[in-house]
Amino acid sequence: MMTIKHTISILVNDQPGVLQRVSGLFGRRAFNIESITVGSSEETGLSRMIIVTTGDNHTLEQITKQLYKVVDVIKVNNISSNPMVARELALIQINAEPTIRPEILGIVETFRASIVDIGPSTLIVQVVGDSEKIDAMVELLKPYGIRELTRTGATAMIRGIAK
Amino acid sequence: MSMKSPKILNDEMREKLMQPDIITGSDILLRSLLLEGVDTVFGYPGGAVLFIYDAMHKNPDFNHLLTRHEQGAIHAADGYARSTGKVGVCIATSGPGATNLVTGIATAYMDSVPLVVITGNVALPFIGTDAFQEADITGITMPITKHSYLVRHVEDLPRIIREAFHIASTGRKGPVLIDIPKDVSSHQAAFKYPDKVSIRGYNPTVMPNKLQVDKLLKAIEEAERPVILAGGGVVYADAGKELLEFAEKVQVPVTTTLLGISGFPSGNPLWIGMPGMHGTYASNQAIQNCDLLISIGARFDDRVTMKLDGFAPKAKIAHIDVDPAEIGKNVITAIPCVGDVKNVLQLAVQKAKPAQSAAWIQQIRDWKQEFPLRYKDSDTVLKPQFVIEMLSETTQGEAFVTTDVGQHQMWAAQFYKFKHPRTMITSGGLGTMGFGFPAAIGVQMAHPNKLVISINGDGGVQMCAQELAICAINNIPVKVVIINNQVLGMVRQWQEIIYDNRYSHIDLAGSPDFVKLAEAYGVKGLRATNKEEARRVWQEALDHPGPVVIDFVVAREENVFPMVTQGKTIGEMLMGDFE
Repeated sequence: MMTIKHTISILVNDQPGVLQRVSGLFGRRAFNIESITVGSSEETGLSRMIIVTTGDNHTLEQITKQLYKVVDVIKVNNISSNPMVARELALIQINAEPTIRPEILGIVETFRASIVDIGPSTLIVQVVGDSEKIDAMVELLKPYGIRELTRTGATAMIRGIAK
Repeated sequence: MSMKSPKILNDEMREKLMQPDIITGSDILLRSLLLEGVDTVFGYPGGAVLFIYDAMHKNPDFNHLLTRHEQGAIHAADGYARSTGKVGVCIATSGPGATNLVTGIATAYMDSVPLVVITGNVALPFIGTDAFQEADITGITMPITKHSYLVRHVEDLPRIIREAFHIASTGRKGPVLIDIPKDVSSHQAAFKYPDKVSIRGYNPTVMPNKLQVDKLLKAIEEAERPVILAGGGVVYADAGKELLEFAEKVQVPVTTTLLGISGFPSGNPLWIGMPGMHGTYASNQAIQNCDLLISIGARFDDRVTMKLDGFAPKAKIAHIDVDPAEIGKNVITAIPCVGDVKNVLQLAVQKAKPAQSAAWIQQIRDWKQEFPLRYKDSDTVLKPQFVIEMLSETTQGEAFVTTDVGQHQMWAAQFYKFKHPRTMITSGGLGTMGFGFPAAIGVQMAHPNKLVISINGDGGVQMCAQELAICAINNIPVKVVIINNQVLGMVRQWQEIIYDNRYSHIDLAGSPDFVKLAEAYGVKGLRATNKEEARRVWQEALDHPGPVVIDFVVAREENVFPMVTQGKTIGEMLMGDFE
């Protein structure tokens, strides 16, 4: 069977230890986590996790079934089986002497990214998009010298038309 | 037994317990346990549970058995639960008390045993500070509990206990841990026990989909070579009667896994024994040649399937299980059916029609006759299989049997003829040495008037032998059988067959004289080294009203056959040389 990337949305009780229960399950059952994001959801007391994982259909079925066995898990949805929007945010701090800044600004504008901090010889670029867009941005900024890079991992949602 | 008999929860007592008094967390705990119908708790006190033990001191209705090690307490609670179907309860203190429970929690988790495990913890302000006797027991046990709670507010305690019992005892059963910080057990709150449980993320499917049941029945009707693989789920669902009725109606032979072995009467002509690594020839051949394999409450464990690629190669597989995650986990399933085994069988039996299985049943009968379980008996040295057969014959399968782990466990599974569900108590999934004896104490506590035999090896019995003290002091009349071959027998067998006789660290020289050990605890000790002595001392043990240790000194180099070695299919069995 084919190993592909899946994006899973998990609605969980906002309880202490719930992240450990879910991530521990992935570890124990040898499921892969490419990225994981957690935050509040539309309902008070519930959080939503978005996990990007890889595996064949059998693995995905096991992930779903095993997740449902966690008492604090309310709903599991493989959203990548539907048309979806997935977004990731990255902050990239690069070397940028004042003379080179106009050139960098050109790249940033093309990507509809933004400069969120200016230091004496650095800039922080914020970029939002799917993972491929952020990969591309990182590649383009590499020649200037990346001092620090942080990415959030994807958060995602099924498109309105699919519901 | 000298333990006080537990109070039955009647309406009057319930009303008294439900009073909305302002009481401490410890009193809330005890009242809640009594309201859940708990009649016996196994435990060991310590600093973080002192308020709870103080409350016990003041509560005459509460029945607590003090073990000599926390592991003894949890295995006893496990034996209590497996033999009754009720939730077993144990209590330990924080830190080392809690970590001593870990093996027992994992044992119960692997075999789906309903337990509520209560641990103390350091007071809330000390949590996370590496305080004296602090351990993150909810963190440590997360992968081996069905669910767990760290109680932060005394007001939450009644709801949490109610939920814990519900979760432990429904769906696929399992252990639930409640960690109670010391200040939570001393703080006060008004007692209010919830009538109902509502957990949004927890709704096990117990009623099967009717269409799936119809598909199963159609497949059976069309099958010529069907086999039922019955597991622990049959026993846990109390579906022994339903399985018997169903199997006889559809005329399908039944093989029972180690945990399912008491789920089908061994005397029934449709029974073909245990499958897998040390299964019968007939069971393994039946699985390898069947055209329909119906798994009922079994999870295709690797000791049953051995090499998966090549397991039941000609079969369409139907799988009935209360845990949907088991279906399709190890084998591809054509007919999945999620539900409580009892419900499924009750529904299925109504419209069931027999399979076209007459010739197949004859074939299996021939296999059984051609390759029965056997061993080479001896008049000079006592054979372990002879001892088990003797236990079986003298008790007529009417005793509760617990086993430890190893060769004696396999011989017990092979040579003891079980008749009634829940009478075989053994650690199958985790394979926990040290389980058998303390589990028997729990069984005996639940069944004070029944004969309880604990079959052990000379290795495993030493892992929890300290519990002889509580048998002596409470006169708990467990018959502790030791199949003593002075060696770690199963390891020795593997080293002989797979590691070319390189015997590495298996000699148990230095073991105590088990008769003297028993006597040191104030328990009767007996020994047999040949058949005649074996018969005599076993009768003496049966006639003795209290606990007995019987040291059966048996042949050192005896192997369990049949055997399927790792990497082989169950069709490729070593049958042993009996000529």
